[in-house]
Amino acid sequence: MSATVKTLVNQPYKYGFVTNIEVETIPRGLNEDIIRLISAKKNEPEFMLEFRLRAYRQWQKMTEPNWSSVKYPAINYQNIIYYSAPKQKAKKQSLEEVDPKLLETFEKLGIPLSEQKRLANVAVDAIFDSVSIATTFKEKLAKEGVIFCSISEALQEHPELVKKYLGSVVPIADNYFAALNSAVFSDGSFVYVPKGVKCPMELSTYFRINNGETGQFERTLIIADQDSYVSYLEGCTAPMYDSNQLHAAVVELIALDNAEIKYSTVQNWYAGDENGKGGIYNFVTKRGLCQGVNSKISWTQVETGSAITWKYPSCVLVGDNSVGEFYSVALTNNMQQADTGTKMIHIGKNTRSTIISKGISAGKSSNSYRGLVKIGPKAEKARNYSVCDSMLIGDNARANTFPYIQVQNHTARVEHEASTSKIGEDQLFYLQARGISAEDAVKLMISGFCKDVFNHLPMEFAVEADKLLSLKLEGTVG
Amino acid sequence: MALGDGANTTKAPLQHQKIASKTQSTSRQNMIVDNSEVILSVRNLTAEVDGKPILKGVNLQVRSGEIHAIMGPNGSGKSTFAKILAGHPAYQVTGGEVIFQGQNLLEMEPEERATAGVFLAFQYPLEIPGVSNLDFLRVAYNSRRQAQGLEELDAFDFDELVEQKLELVKMDPAFLNRSVNEGFSGGEKKRNEILQMALLEPKLAILDETDSGLDIDALKIVANGVNQLASPYNATILITHYQRLLNYIEPDFVHVMANGKIISSGGKDLAKQLEERGYDWLLEEAATEVGV
Repeated sequence: MSATVKTLVNQPYKYGFVTNIEVETIPRGLNEDIIRLISAKKNEPEFMLEFRLRAYRQWQKMTEPNWSSVKYPAINYQNIIYYSAPKQKAKKQSLEEVDPKLLETFEKLGIPLSEQKRLANVAVDAIFDSVSIATTFKEKLAKEGVIFCSISEALQEHPELVKKYLGSVVPIADNYFAALNSAVFSDGSFVYVPKGVKCPMELSTYFRINNGETGQFERTLIIADQDSYVSYLEGCTAPMYDSNQLHAAVVELIALDNAEIKYSTVQNWYAGDENGKGGIYNFVTKRGLCQGVNSKISWTQVETGSAITWKYPSCVLVGDNSVGEFYSVALTNNMQQADTGTKMIHIGKNTRSTIISKGISAGKSSNSYRGLVKIGPKAEKARNYSVCDSMLIGDNARANTFPYIQVQNHTARVEHEASTSKIGEDQLFYLQARGISAEDAVKLMISGFCKDVFNHLPMEFAVEADKLLSLKLEGTVG
Repeated sequence: MALGDGANTTKAPLQHQKIASKTQSTSRQNMIVDNSEVILSVRNLTAEVDGKPILKGVNLQVRSGEIHAIMGPNGSGKSTFAKILAGHPAYQVTGGEVIFQGQNLLEMEPEERATAGVFLAFQYPLEIPGVSNLDFLRVAYNSRRQAQGLEELDAFDFDELVEQKLELVKMDPAFLNRSVNEGFSGGEKKRNEILQMALLEPKLAILDETDSGLDIDALKIVANGVNQLASPYNATILITHYQRLLNYIEPDFVHVMANGKIISSGGKDLAKQLEERGYDWLLEEAATEVGV
């Protein structure tokens, strides 16, 4: 009956169901014809097709990066389906026209879209495989001048905004996966908050990969004009398949003078089974540009899913006095691999950045923090403060920290703290000896460990994230 | 030494009776009545860690209202004994039995033992980063309440309760908002242990080297806390290397543990003798008695 710290079977993945729905897919593989086909299906303006083709040509010249600490078999990019959409009327005027099966799917995921059941004060854009299904509270937001819609729709209704900003933060040839995304991205969310507007509600996109052989390549673009504020949330799940699915998204944020963007992610893609079979490859490029003076971009992420996570939400601090923040909890269990962190690029004067990263590794997983703090020659009095804490559960998990620091201005101040701890048998025993069960003790310790990050999540999400972590860790300590 | 096991087994309980009958006249001593409830009964307990025997046949009986001190040289097994009673997973019990209020303690999980009323004050209390002391105390307190079939106390009522208990250990309320034991001084950690004990009101409190690392003021605070919590309805086991603590907490029984066994038991005078003469004479005596 001894309660040693060891890995037991995991709680089954709750969102692993498949929705049976007729879909329209295009042939497997990737070439210029496929790209033209995707663009045509979406009835895109000419500049968009040009953008895609340029990206594709760049991508062909690039090689897959191998500098991270994640390992996976070679991906056959010709064996992926790059577009899949549920069959339904070309343009949906209201929710009644959306296939009830799709609404049901999102309801099952805890994201009710119908008028009566909507989440109070959270506007949701629901994306199923390659297309956006519905966006709630659109009219209410429009009254404030806030544009919140799928990027496909934005290309039709606001092409000038998309043209101006798309690729301005993450250029098409930025990296291998970003180039691929730029060539084939299917849908994603678009947000524009006009001058002086504080967005009256949380905006949220919920991504669902349903089709087993489809890659998901979404593209999100958020622009906060002068003196505006927006808080945006993103959630993701996928069914359980034995094979690996590729998810290569690009997110671009732009904050103009005095604007603030808060971007929160709770990522719960299917992580594969305990032997590492199946699961999502999550290769994502997220970058925010603090273009204006006094602007601020804050990333908060809770990464619990995916077989492999490879992402570094970054801030480019161009505007003087601009602020970048990165708060992250990355949890890996079983055979999961995560290589995640951030880049803070200080260009303007008095720019400040904060990095709080918490990695939790259980099972046989591997969890790496990789971060870059770069202070440019003109970044007078720039400041950075970084904390990277790792926690190990059991004896077979691994944690690494790779902080890179480049300072080219002598007035800058950069601080870095790092720690690695282990949920030890003794800590566990201490809590148990006070009457707290082993499971509750682990929850308590994990919540404590993640507190600095959860504090930055919107309320509902913080509770959700806490529960999610407990669920993920159920059975890791017994 | 193996030969000695049998001799000790029968001897220890006899000594208890003898001492109980010539009870001294301190106020709390009068709490003990011969027929008071047996809280803990340990018989021939043997245990090992990583295959290495540590306990080699421990016998002990503790009645309600009693304070027992277990003394002994380093490595004698006294801390191991304390941890085994609380259910530490690193130790394997290989024989004997432990009955706590009629229940087989050895079959219970550590948290079950705790909620049943066993409390171990740790020699080295652990730090739990990010978990506020207040949250930790409330979760622990409510676990005990739940086990007793009582309703959980809400945050407001709990705050009130904990404020009262703080007095006992003279702790600043600011401690409640700090992470559990994180950055606490040695004395603060020990006082935090006594605060937990005051909240959980255990039936059996085991204090493992609670005096180690304390300056005289902290020692007095801790001892005062323990004395105030001792009642005719509970019992205390003090594990200590030094006699110093016993100047402030007067034990009813003093046991000397050496090489995994209790080799001698007596009243508080035994502790004084140990202070003066050390442990060697007892070890020799024990060796002679069993004819080694």
